[in-house]
Amino acid sequence: MGKSCEIKLLGTAPSHFVNRVQFVLNLKSIEYEFIDENLNCKSELLLTSNPVHKKVPVLIHANKPPILESLIIIEYLDEVYHDIHPILPSDPLERAHNRFWANYIDTKYFPLFEELRRTPGIEGKKEVKKQLDEASELLEEVFVKSSNGKAYFGGDDVGYIDVVLGCFLAWIKFVEKLNKFKIFDEVRTPKLLEWTNRIWSHEALKDAICGSEALTNHYAMLQIKKP
Amino acid sequence: MAVKLLGIWQSPFVLRVKLALSLKGVEYEYIEDDILNKSSMLLQYNPVYKKVPVLVHNGKPMAESLVILEYIDEIWKNHPLLPEDPFEKARSRFWAKFVDDKFVPMIIRMLRITSDQKDNAAKETREILKTLEGSLDPNKPFPEDKSLSFMDIAIVWVGYYTQMLEKMLDVKLLDDENTPLLNTWFRVVLNLQVIKECLPPFDKLLTHYTNFHERHTTAS
Repeated sequence: MGKSCEIKLLGTAPSHFVNRVQFVLNLKSIEYEFIDENLNCKSELLLTSNPVHKKVPVLIHANKPPILESLIIIEYLDEVYHDIHPILPSDPLERAHNRFWANYIDTKYFPLFEELRRTPGIEGKKEVKKQLDEASELLEEVFVKSSNGKAYFGGDDVGYIDVVLGCFLAWIKFVEKLNKFKIFDEVRTPKLLEWTNRIWSHEALKDAICGSEALTNHYAMLQIKKP
Repeated sequence: MAVKLLGIWQSPFVLRVKLALSLKGVEYEYIEDDILNKSSMLLQYNPVYKKVPVLVHNGKPMAESLVILEYIDEIWKNHPLLPEDPFEKARSRFWAKFVDDKFVPMIIRMLRITSDQKDNAAKETREILKTLEGSLDPNKPFPEDKSLSFMDIAIVWVGYYTQMLEKMLDVKLLDDENTPLLNTWFRVVLNLQVIKECLPPFDKLLTHYTNFHERHTTAS
């Protein structure tokens, strides 16, 4: 089947996991239909497409069964549309490092933000912020090594880690404003700070990220549902 | 040697890597680490998590079992582990991740479970196993040594460690009523030569985790 087959993406705007897939679809100039899911009232399509996790994103490509999990979807798109803006590098060792750090960001870094949200009191939040600072400094080292003096983790242009971390920036900015502190700054993470400005204004990311009103509403919902 | 594997004998994640290397006939030096007294080599090679497995290839280390499996499959092209078709690849990766996301936290919980929590935890484990059974195609023949895949390697340890938990806690987790296909699959695959050669001895595993369970559930 040709590459002009229809792609549907089930998702919600405030989900950075969904945004990642949108970013990659944009980078590869792939047209797709976005199906906005209300996670409080999941559609029949979502429940049948992802009966295991009942989560977004879900990618439906032509008449194939659905593909689940943002990183798995990204690798799928990278394989099918390999000649347009490759996301992962071609060298196996670099691929291993990219996958390792994406896994770190998803299983260690992002959960710290959730912990921050759920920790009551300033003292408690300070402790979590300390861990966040250490993790951010680690990511600064990763950026320096990975970018090799260039603009992105992926080098000259956006790569896998840029997508994984970049899509979380809307939330990072939201959290910074809410807590009146900085996640990335000129002293501890100067290169990452420059990178955030660069990626935030990237054409392909701009319309993949939702506005602060949607984030505010989503945050409020999380405070109620998962305090 | 060009390939080194840092591991601990009881780790199912190390088992995955051993299976992959074995299937591809890759010679490697295995270095047993000590979980209670982590070597400087481990701390140097995996400073982020300080955990095994770590694969070192030509001096370059990498960690995380599924990341290592993908690397092995990309470097050594014989006996491909992942299917060629991108959709089937995605499917394999999904089920490997499912095991890590759902079954691993469950087994960690079971290893510390008190007798009053046991039955509930066993019920949840059976539900996870039922979902895992959905990964198997009933029309597909069972794998043989020469056809073992990424998904098979990622999943097979679940059967072995579940059997160990059943004995340790006197609970039923894998039963023929709940998961008949999965049970048969485990029975067949755990009996394959290349798998048997890599599995840690059952009794040793049972003793090790029984002691672990006792330590973590006895009031000090």
